[in-house]
Amino acid sequence: MTEPLVLGFETSCDETGVGLVRGRTLLSDALATSIAEHERFGGVVPEIASRAHLEAMVPTVHRALADAGVRASDVDAVAVTAGPGLTGALLVGLAAAKAYALALDVPLYGVNHLAAHVAVDELQHGALAEPSLALLVSGGHSSLLLVPDLAREVVPLGRTVDDAAGEAFDKVARVLGMPFPGGPPIDRAARDGDGSAIAFPRGLTGPRDAPYDFSFSGLKTAVARWVEARQRAGEPVPVADVAASFQEAVADVLTAKAVRACRDHGVDHLVLGGGVAANSRLRALAEERCAAAGIVLRVPSPRLCTDNGAMVAALGSRLVAAGVAPSAPDLGADSSLPIEVVGVG
Amino acid sequence: MLVLALDTATPTLLAGVARWSPGGEVEVLAERAVPSGTRHAELLTPAIRDVLADAGVTLADLGAVVTGLGPGPFTGLRVGIVTAAALADARGLPVLGVCSLDAIGSGARTVVTDARRKEVYWATYAADGARTDGPGVVRPEAAELAGPFAGDPAFADRLGAPVTPAEVTTAGLMRAAAPRLADPALSDGPAAPLVPLYLRRPDATPPTSFKPVTTA
Ligand SMILES: [Zn+2]
Repeated sequence: MTEPLVLGFETSCDETGVGLVRGRTLLSDALATSIAEHERFGGVVPEIASRAHLEAMVPTVHRALADAGVRASDVDAVAVTAGPGLTGALLVGLAAAKAYALALDVPLYGVNHLAAHVAVDELQHGALAEPSLALLVSGGHSSLLLVPDLAREVVPLGRTVDDAAGEAFDKVARVLGMPFPGGPPIDRAARDGDGSAIAFPRGLTGPRDAPYDFSFSGLKTAVARWVEARQRAGEPVPVADVAASFQEAVADVLTAKAVRACRDHGVDHLVLGGGVAANSRLRALAEERCAAAGIVLRVPSPRLCTDNGAMVAALGSRLVAAGVAPSAPDLGADSSLPIEVVGVG
Repeated sequence: MLVLALDTATPTLLAGVARWSPGGEVEVLAERAVPSGTRHAELLTPAIRDVLADAGVTLADLGAVVTGLGPGPFTGLRVGIVTAAALADARGLPVLGVCSLDAIGSGARTVVTDARRKEVYWATYAADGARTDGPGVVRPEAAELAGPFAGDPAFADRLGAPVTPAEVTTAGLMRAAAPRLADPALSDGPAAPLVPLYLRRPDATPPTSFKPVTTA
């Protein structure tokens, strides 16, 4: 018996993602992005993203089906990001997914975007060890999760109290005169820099701070102050060292807290996910610290770390396999869907 | 031919099933108008299921999908359009978009609906039902719109004239789509993409310069 074929929809931010997964096998991962349209605004404009999702939706479905070599009528279940994310953007994917599920007469699973970032790793590295810890960092989220059972139980341990890690990258890139999104140019510039050149602050790392929460706002401001002080003094800004030292501060805090959470909870598997997980310094430091602590580190390829439809299909596939009930016909989007809700009832 | 008609351009979502004959006659078999406010995404597919059941037909019996393209509040408007596009795509059906205002009221009239931000979406029609002006978006006080008005009666005071309450109907959507339903090429080739009648640009202005974080 072949495993069920799951069609997944992701539209929580600026990527229109449609993916097909059979069991834990990735068949296709079609993506359209409106990122270039947001660049001149220095951040994602929700209405522009929503308009782009609508335009891209049906063509992206066609691409996903063609790439996978299947027909729509072969699909056994549909999964869609129900939240968290931008409401208007979420609703385009949600309405499309509901319509395809209705038209194809298959069950629909509204799923949590964050849990989908964890599920996607199963497409590359096989069944998730449970429990696992997950560190999800992107322009929209920074979360530390304990995952006893990906289909049914995800426990939030920590999250950012202000900016997401990716937002800090975007803002620091702007200060350094780099384009949006800021992650890739900072990563590139940092290669020629010294990460210990400038001692930028590590937020929420004091003895009385919440052990698993993050704060990147103070770091972002510290970088801006440092750069502006140089500029006012008419001195050159050592861009590579600033980028490397900023990146070091982010990677240091993220990995230290993730490893500590693994130790505290007796968990020996850590999964990275989200766009910031593509950062080379974060990956290297996570590898180093996990190896030292005896933790198995799992990081999906950069393409699957960023938002995509395959991750939603992967989580849908997991829910189908676990026998979780599909969503109700009046499924809606929830921009602040709690992480504890893996599949929306 | 059986047609599924959808609209989410106003706070009342509409799903209807109609029989269209090549002679142009339209028989509405079932209609659900659901006052759903901002819950179009939750309630539209259940309403489609219900209206198909009411009409005693299935999706397999349909020959086309018609949808309102607005104008209307963007987030809700897109729900109906993407639903129509996806349903039609999955079933291999032609899909036609019409101006939602065309489907409100009949005869000589100016249709007004709530555009939020103290503005109305409007369009004007001649006695034979042909649209003569619009669609547009405007503050009712500033507009030189001529009655009789049909649509959202909440704007009567600001228009200084009565507004006959009227909403999008299946019959109205079918009337607006009729000329193209009669096109023999309807079922040929890929459907033209459905382009919403936004009438407004996204609210976003590029920053001209970034303020320093610190004050000098
Ligand atoms: Zn994400």
